Amino acid sequence: MEIKVVRKVLDVNERMAQQNREYFTKQGIYVLNIMSSPGSGKTTLLEKTLARISSEIKSAVIVGDICTTNDADRLAKTGVSVVQVNTDEFGGDCHLAAHVIEKAAGQLDLKGIDLLFVENVGNLVCPAEFDIGENAKVVVISVTEGEDKPLKYPLMFRVCDAAVLNKIDLLPYLDYERNAVLENIKKVHPGMPVFEISATKGIGFEPWIKWLRNQVNRKKAPR
Amino acid sequence: MHEMGIALQIVQIAAASIPVEMKGAKVLGVKIKVGKLAAVVPDSLRFCFEIVTQETPLSEARLEIEEIPVVARCKHCHSSWEIKEPAFACPSCGSGSIEILSGRELDIDSIEIEEPEHLNHSGNV
Repeated sequence: MEIKVVRKVLDVNERMAQQNREYFTKQGIYVLNIMSSPGSGKTTLLEKTLARISSEIKSAVIVGDICTTNDADRLAKTGVSVVQVNTDEFGGDCHLAAHVIEKAAGQLDLKGIDLLFVENVGNLVCPAEFDIGENAKVVVISVTEGEDKPLKYPLMFRVCDAAVLNKIDLLPYLDYERNAVLENIKKVHPGMPVFEISATKGIGFEPWIKWLRNQVNRKKAPR
Repeated sequence: MHEMGIALQIVQIAAASIPVEMKGAKVLGVKIKVGKLAAVVPDSLRFCFEIVTQETPLSEARLEIEEIPVVARCKHCHSSWEIKEPAFACPSCGSGSIEILSGRELDIDSIEIEEPEHLNHSGNV
């Protein structure tokens, strides 16, 4: 006999994500989920971003990796509170799920925090599918990757609210078609803001920081 | 890449959907809907499902996957169309302001469980 179920397979995650969102909203914390392939420069982007904003926007970071605390160690040097999540404890997951964020948030001192960055596990597939209770998602790609990344991973570029094109200082040395990647992003997500940055050289940060500031202020306003 | 976790969730939800009075019944099939935009590869999911159903009430269950096309509607001119390539602008008016109507599904639709014998004998079916 057939029994109707009609449930989302990930509804447990979605419920937990909603709880996280309510919890963070109550505390006035804006949560940004940063995703990319491995090696596109999320950690460097965060280090440099934190150095620029932490005096005006009080920030904290949850950083996800399968193994090691290398990224957390780097980010802790910026003086913000950081917690590393190693998903090998959770079965080596290729993404951060909502329950992991709940646990990690419990280990952070969130008092007075305006902005919580979540640096997801490097992967352009799975993290796109998992809501963690964030307010916005950002995808980072770098000019050392293929220009067709947006077309190969359309879900990631659809679900994100902004994109960072990183390592632009390398453009003179590469056979990279900058216009092609911008065109591909536009195809998949017309109108999404794209910030062209070199995190290591500190180029192009202003529009990105301005966007971040606006996002955080918009959330804080109704408080 | 996360098909194993998804397969585990499917087993959990399916097992929990067996009515209490039919406890111990075998699940013979699970119907799921997977949108073409969902980050799930049906073949990998089938492979993982085979593994995680071992020694569960779903050990003999077939996994039926209905793939759902990506359908969008233009917020500007209200036309709707099926998206077959990663291009998300309205083919009629070119607007990028669109709404995805389907294609993100990852839903369990129904389960098929074995007929309870006592019901067959008493002719109540």
